[in-house]
Amino acid sequence: MKEYEMIVIGGGAAGLSAAIEAKRHGVNVLLIDSNDKAGGQLVKQTHKFFGAKMHRAGTRGFNICKELLKESEDLGVEVLLNGLVMGIYDGDTVAVDVKVSLTEHKLMMLKAKNIVISTGASENAVRFEGWTLPGVMGAGAAQTMVNYRHVLPGKKMLMIGSGNVGLIVSYQLMQAGVEIKGIVEALPKITGWQVHASKLTREGIHIYTGYTIKKAHGTDRVTGATIAKVNPDWSLVSGSEIEVDCDFICIGAGLKPLTGLAHMAGCELIYDKALGGWAPAHNYNMETTKKGIYVAGDATGLEEASTAIEEGTIAGAAIAEATGHLSAAEAEERKAGAWRRLADLRDGFHGEERLAAKNKQLAEYDRLMGVRE
Amino acid sequence: MRVTEHPIFEDLDTTEYVNITVDGKPVKAVKGEMILAALLAEGIIINRYTTKRHEPRGLFCAIGQCTDCMMVVNGMPNVRTCITPVEEGMTVETQNGLGEWRTEG
Ligand SMILES: Cc1cc2nc3c(=O)[nH]c(=O)nc-3n(C[C@H](O)[C@H](O)[C@H](O)COP(=O)(O)OP(=O)(O)OC[C@H]3O[C@@H](n4cnc5c(N)ncnc54)[C@H](O)[C@@H]3O)c2cc1C
Ligand code: FES
Repeated sequence: MKEYEMIVIGGGAAGLSAAIEAKRHGVNVLLIDSNDKAGGQLVKQTHKFFGAKMHRAGTRGFNICKELLKESEDLGVEVLLNGLVMGIYDGDTVAVDVKVSLTEHKLMMLKAKNIVISTGASENAVRFEGWTLPGVMGAGAAQTMVNYRHVLPGKKMLMIGSGNVGLIVSYQLMQAGVEIKGIVEALPKITGWQVHASKLTREGIHIYTGYTIKKAHGTDRVTGATIAKVNPDWSLVSGSEIEVDCDFICIGAGLKPLTGLAHMAGCELIYDKALGGWAPAHNYNMETTKKGIYVAGDATGLEEASTAIEEGTIAGAAIAEATGHLSAAEAEERKAGAWRRLADLRDGFHGEERLAAKNKQLAEYDRLMGVRE
Repeated sequence: MRVTEHPIFEDLDTTEYVNITVDGKPVKAVKGEMILAALLAEGIIINRYTTKRHEPRGLFCAIGQCTDCMMVVNGMPNVRTCITPVEEGMTVETQNGLGEWRTEG
């Protein structure tokens, strides 16, 4: 069985950063991704990122992706694409289903004492009458088709959810020529950032706060939708229905960390709404309750590409230390720098809840592992 | 429909095509694109019908996680078309239920 010092599962912002940091210090690392190209969510993000320069603010997501891919290539990070990791066994063996062609798959077993799980997140669904019709899809799915594959799923769209994903995807679909018929938000106020919402309302797009979808119309595909007002007990206000003329519906109801592999490996998970649901507890090194298994990015709580990059960097530095490529002092300098940038990113109005959840995650690791202050 | 004009993506030239057949009809697909993208470009949004209730299904996740987009490709059922690239001469068919294996010739 082929052995590496480190295997990274998932080549998004977090995984690429972990691999880059480790490789920079000489760690023998393999990066595995199930897609035909690495980059994860970033490949389809066209908007400019917020924050300070050191967090690559002002750069479009897909360009950050190009920078990371180039860095990883220049360093000579070994990458295995079309490889779906199906399981982690005995804490150090990774089973990969490698797609060779349409009809041929091969199973590879690989070993590493240090494994980073950076598998990202999956979209939440919302169920309503007609939700299985062709034309109802995840907001991320529509974003992938439009910004990455450059085809439109339809002409007139209704968005469910006014979180950042719902708002940003609506704006991006509009840029690509889709008519946005409205955004429904069951809560009494817009849940995403005002700056994203304003870009839409300025264009005359209506955000129906306090509304939800009642039904998608159509037999073979979406031909329209009925939306209605929501009572505080989540029942619908009769007589409040509005007919929406749309041919596709996007669900932007949030994401949840992909924790399957961590769960299978025996890492302890904790639940926090601010993290998107269940996520592995971890320590200062991003190591989970299973020795040698690390996490980074959306897989350990939904945040941003910028935070995913820093978490990946911490895991990479910690593994470089664990494998003897960095001294404790050198590693500490790298880790402390990344934690400082993380603190900045989680500072302020939008970060409060996340920061609290993240601190709880660290404290929970200490409690589970019996670490004393 | 294809995205042809975009304020951020300038390079949307799709000059290289391959020929595929969708339910018996010839379709021009952009070289290297996913089967599902070629279908959406043609306005085709039903990929399969469910086993028990014969309900239509189409694109839902676009990243190979949900299996709603499975079709019969070159006689092989259950191919996730959102993550499978087109190839010259490929045959793509709407799948009914679990589909059946068919080998050519
Ligand atoms: C619409 C939208 C807008 C956003 N806007 C911003 C923004 O303005 N600023 C910001 O900082 N962030 C933003 N984000 C968030 C940011 O993109 C993500 O938080 C970040 O990219 C997550 O990176 P990641 O590496 O954790 O996961 P991902 O990018 O999701 O990467 C995970 C990778 O793992 C692979 N994978 C998963 N499971 C397996 C497996 N079993 N085997 C092999 N490979 C696997 C996947 O294919 C994928 O490539 C936005 C996200 C969305 C959806
Ligand atoms: S659309 Fe979900 S697997 Fe293809």
